[in-house]
Amino acid sequence: MNIMVCLKQTFDTEEKIIIEQDQIKEDGVKFIINPYDEYALEEAIRLKEQYGGVVTAISIGPSRVESALRTALAMGADKAILIDDERLFGDEFTTSKVLAAVLKQHDFDLILGGYMSVDNGAAQGGARLAEELDLPHIYAALKVEVNGSHVEVQRDVEGDIEVIEAKLPLLITAQQGLNDPRYPSLPGIMKAKKKPIQYVTAEELSIDLTQIQAKTNIKDITLPPERQAGRILQGELDDQVNELVQCLKNEVNTIG
Amino acid sequence: MAKQVVVFAETKNGSLRNVSLEVLEAARRVNDGGLITAVIIGSQPEALADSLAVYGANEVVFIENEILNTYTTDGYTQAFTTIIEDKNPDIILMPHTALGKDFAPRVAARLGCGLITDCTDVEISEGHIVFTRPIYAGKAFQRRVVSHDKIFATIRPNNIPCSKMDHHEAPKKIQKTLNLDEIRTTVKEVIQKTTDGVDLSEAKIIVAGGRGVKSTAGFEPLKELAQVIGAAVGASRGACDAEYCDYALQIGQTGKVVTPDLYIACGISGAIQHLAGMSNSKIIVAINKDPEAPIFDIADYGIVGDLFEVIPLLTKQFKQVLQDQG
Repeated sequence: MNIMVCLKQTFDTEEKIIIEQDQIKEDGVKFIINPYDEYALEEAIRLKEQYGGVVTAISIGPSRVESALRTALAMGADKAILIDDERLFGDEFTTSKVLAAVLKQHDFDLILGGYMSVDNGAAQGGARLAEELDLPHIYAALKVEVNGSHVEVQRDVEGDIEVIEAKLPLLITAQQGLNDPRYPSLPGIMKAKKKPIQYVTAEELSIDLTQIQAKTNIKDITLPPERQAGRILQGELDDQVNELVQCLKNEVNTIG
Repeated sequence: MAKQVVVFAETKNGSLRNVSLEVLEAARRVNDGGLITAVIIGSQPEALADSLAVYGANEVVFIENEILNTYTTDGYTQAFTTIIEDKNPDIILMPHTALGKDFAPRVAARLGCGLITDCTDVEISEGHIVFTRPIYAGKAFQRRVVSHDKIFATIRPNNIPCSKMDHHEAPKKIQKTLNLDEIRTTVKEVIQKTTDGVDLSEAKIIVAGGRGVKSTAGFEPLKELAQVIGAAVGASRGACDAEYCDYALQIGQTGKVVTPDLYIACGISGAIQHLAGMSNSKIIVAINKDPEAPIFDIADYGIVGDLFEVIPLLTKQFKQVLQDQG
């Protein structure tokens, strides 16, 4: 089974956001594979271990993203593709068009990716990409079972679980809870250094740059107003609780 | 200039979801006198049209086909896209719910449009429709505009307060039966896991537990409190990783981002990734043994103490107060 895994490099979730000259500051930031994409990657590697095949990790972004792809290779992906041509960067519309153009050049049975990224949080990539490739998609998977060309997926729908059946080829997006991603092993890290990363630029894609221009623009980025610490209640516990209940009763009219 | 708007009105168990009314409110902010059309997919009571009119819909389209009585990505994408192509509106708005997240990007791709998802605010600024949306789970906010083609956005529940119209006319009701192409996924079964019925992302009040809850059984007092005050129960990553509860309850940069009126954090220290998911709540209460816990830095009210002592007392007192109110 040939599996393509779309992944994005994101800030570590423990990073604070600092804005400098209208841009989010990247210096000194720890980068990770977007956690939801990591579930997707782990699932791809497990499917390969079960059924054989090739796992290809694919990403779009600046050269720093190479380290995320090396991690993916160290975890068990066989090869990687990095689209690092700035002319191919844009919004969700652009990204899905570009990824589709690259994927059309490859044979695959299954595409996996996270259902959202923890930075932009748009949750558009999977569904858009599937549409561009004329494939069905299943969103927010918690369990994936493949049997020949038949696939059964349990997906999260606001806490409830929907059991969905479909056929390959298919795109599935991963939700937290799908699996517990492995850490790269030392031999894995050594092997990853020799695995191939293919770099893709606009010239190698049959794509008209004027047709993939972003449809949306970012006007500005701001930080939310800093929240002030309130009051630590004092006195006997009974009195503290009493005071709290009185305050909340007055300030929150949706209690009860 | 008047702008025609089409909104997707999401229903659940035969009723409108509150977020559908919030989406109508967003539509009223940007239509500039243009027609607002609400679309209901699947067999639903006709009376919903009147409720939608109260909140701003001028006409309501009911799209029916037996297949649409169960949600499928293909079915809903085809149905909604058909109406968009039919109406050719300037603006399309949808709820940012499990359903909206699943099929809005697909509709956008099919139409070749941009899409701004998960918006918490919309305004007209210097003649442009500007959407505000959180990034990094609310650690920062981005204001975004559509530069080409149709304006298409999804609206996060609980952020744009809906209001009734001062005056409204009876809505025009349009029934439409649709033929559908192949549906490529089959829903075999739905396993209901949420027992209390309050969905985290739409909850007005949330009681959340962290590592301090110590075990699955430790969530029981939180559930009791939640039941008394009409809250949903949530959790930190710490509590989920320790397997005290299901990942579906996780609040944070991974997990759900919530903005309730009241957030009661119990035994949660306040890691940055958790704060990102809840610090835009209106009122935050923190209960923690450790007076140095970072959660106190953002809480409006704090009680330093053992949650297993504090929560039962809180439950008891709320019960009393609510009883007195009758």
